[in-house]
Amino acid sequence: MSNMSTYKEADLLSKEADNLIESLGLPASWSTLGPKEKRSLPQQDMPTQDPIQRGGNMDEVALGYTENQAIIEASRCLVCKNAPCVKGCPVSIDIPGFVCATAKGNFKEALEIIQESSMLPAICGRVCPQEKQCMELCTVGKMNRDPMESVAIGRLERYLADRGADQKSNVEILPSTGKKVAIVGSGPSGLTTAADLVRLGHGVTVFEAFHKAGGVTVYGIPEFRLPKSIVQREVGKLESMGVKFVYDYLIGRTRTVRELMEKDGFNAVYVANGAGLPKFMNIDGENLVGVFSANEYLTRSNLMKAFEKKAMTPIYPSKKVAVFGGGNVAMDAARTALRLGAKEVHIVYRRTGKEMPARVEEVHHAQEEGIIFDLLTNPVRILGDDKGRVKGIECLKYKLGEPDASGRARPEPIEGSEFLMEIDTCITALGNGSNPLVTGTTPELNTNKWGNITVDEKTGATSMEGVFAGGDIVQGAATVILAMGDGRVAAQGIDEYLKAL
Amino acid sequence: MSKIVRKEKLSADVFLMELDAPHIAESRKAGQFVILMLDDDYGERIPLTIADGNSDKGTISIIFQAVGGTTQLLSRLDEGEEISHVLGPLGTPTHIKKHDGPIICVGGGIGVAPLHPIVEAHKAIGNKVITIMGARNKDLLILEDKMRALSDELIICTDDGSKGRKALVTEPLKEFCESDDTPSEAVAIGPPVMMKFCALTTKPYDVHTMVSLNTIMVDGTGMCGGCRVTVGDETKFVCVDGPEFDGHLVDWDSMMSRMNSYKTFEEDHRCNLDKIAEVLAGRDV
Repeated sequence: MSNMSTYKEADLLSKEADNLIESLGLPASWSTLGPKEKRSLPQQDMPTQDPIQRGGNMDEVALGYTENQAIIEASRCLVCKNAPCVKGCPVSIDIPGFVCATAKGNFKEALEIIQESSMLPAICGRVCPQEKQCMELCTVGKMNRDPMESVAIGRLERYLADRGADQKSNVEILPSTGKKVAIVGSGPSGLTTAADLVRLGHGVTVFEAFHKAGGVTVYGIPEFRLPKSIVQREVGKLESMGVKFVYDYLIGRTRTVRELMEKDGFNAVYVANGAGLPKFMNIDGENLVGVFSANEYLTRSNLMKAFEKKAMTPIYPSKKVAVFGGGNVAMDAARTALRLGAKEVHIVYRRTGKEMPARVEEVHHAQEEGIIFDLLTNPVRILGDDKGRVKGIECLKYKLGEPDASGRARPEPIEGSEFLMEIDTCITALGNGSNPLVTGTTPELNTNKWGNITVDEKTGATSMEGVFAGGDIVQGAATVILAMGDGRVAAQGIDEYLKAL
Repeated sequence: MSKIVRKEKLSADVFLMELDAPHIAESRKAGQFVILMLDDDYGERIPLTIADGNSDKGTISIIFQAVGGTTQLLSRLDEGEEISHVLGPLGTPTHIKKHDGPIICVGGGIGVAPLHPIVEAHKAIGNKVITIMGARNKDLLILEDKMRALSDELIICTDDGSKGRKALVTEPLKEFCESDDTPSEAVAIGPPVMMKFCALTTKPYDVHTMVSLNTIMVDGTGMCGGCRVTVGDETKFVCVDGPEFDGHLVDWDSMMSRMNSYKTFEEDHRCNLDKIAEVLAGRDV
């Protein structure tokens, strides 16, 4: 987005917005703005903490729009009749509806429109890859030939969710149906299904293996990108709607899926236990001390709070860190290492910046904070000292060749380009395989060759009667919003299944 | 939440706790473990083997040595108090089958605790079990009566000779391997170095030797990979693939260095234990 170039202080952004509001007479004059005037409104930068300062703290980087920024940004929307943006949203939020309400200053109404489709706007507004979803299809972005220049839909969603944090949802809860649904995993997918089903009057119990609810939003995504208090708030809302949470309960070990149905009387089960099985590179030295999966490193820091002195969970003291991978998780791990005191943090990625799966905004934030990007580079082996601790990596330089099956240019090693990088910590952020705990103990569930559960796309139904699945255990590693989309589909599928019982 | 229904001091710093955990008691099998945590926000998740269980009463027993921060704090809890979080049963249960020859079960120090349900399971299926228990001295031997009652033969070794043979556990283990009554299998659970040398002892005799590893873990569900070990040419996760592995294939030196990943950190923490206890009690420091 437009703040990709230079850093502007939050106060300055706020003042600029205030002046613009005054000179244009917004929001009162909104209805008189023509398309040309709307197009002349500047996209509002997200105010952030100073890049140098924030490297030393865990607080949220993005500070959120001011009211006037939100009004200006919403006023950029052209209110297209066919609303292309909605088609890009996995949970089909009425985007023009809530954006218009925001432009008029009707913030409460705007949030209510979002809540009709999404129970987790404060989370989605922060972590959805909008530029690849709603914003990619936005007409404003098309006219500017850059989805980053679209209406900043996610920032508005976040603004509304934060502003209305205490706003009671006016969503109606139907009378009890007497049916019970078990949800396996309290990540974004499970929470979405829980919200939808409890509204429909079903009894919902969420089983979580960890001691806190939220799944990847509490163990994976760092505090500086998604404060845990926000996840807690959303979970609290579900509890107040009647969703029951059971912690320290591992489906596949404490109980099997079949036992949930036969012993505990659940009429249906939604399996959304995520993709928790970290991938490693299978190179020499990967089991040396100082090599971590991003899952482990981030869980120690986020869920176990190792970044706080009081915490009993240790985290490795690193000086020079190499993170393998180019996704959001790689950015999170690199930026966490920096905040935990590392002096030098490298992202080692075998393609170029263009192919990086991470969100543009996250890459930009990482660059601002001083993370070093070693692109077209791939580790060949990890070297250890006589105590079995990491002391460096040997890397190869790569060049891009012909496109592969995924359509991305295939990286090819350059012969003789080996070089050494002196580091003391490696973090692998290469994605996750499918965790076998549920599938391994539920032979009735059909899986594909990667171990992901196969489902009917229209209902989320699996090969086992009464059992539905979604999120990363079905998709492989995907995004929060796709997992939520699955949760929405499955909730409908489950509701129809229960009605037919 | 799990209530402590019984607490017993087994030796100077080794405790047994019977916990109210009906669902774990119902599902648990020999060889499995739990992860527990004492404080929602600042606690640490530590794996402990299930030493015993009673599905009728809905309880499980854990045995631990108060050596790390969490185990020391745990040892300060009394009967009637609650443990905030207990997750389990975790890990793949022991593979128990009928053998013709005896099973030699070796337990070192507190390793006798996880050995107990395995001996019990072997007896239940009709195997002949010879148990070798080892400790530095007689005060550190635990569960002697229980193991004697379960085993066909019990041999005690102490480093200082204060009880039983003055020998390392590998000595009688070697004698059994050399005897005519060739062991069908050996099970060795104890400190890593003891398991390593038990595996080295049985290797020349080709006696399959199962060991139970207690590596560093966070979630215990396969998600973090912190517990990984090299077994043969493969990387395995102790929490889901284990905790039991073929002792002849484990890369012991790599495992032991991984277990020391946070040694300095832990030492710093141990000095601050009272401070931590205050934090956990909700007071700010």
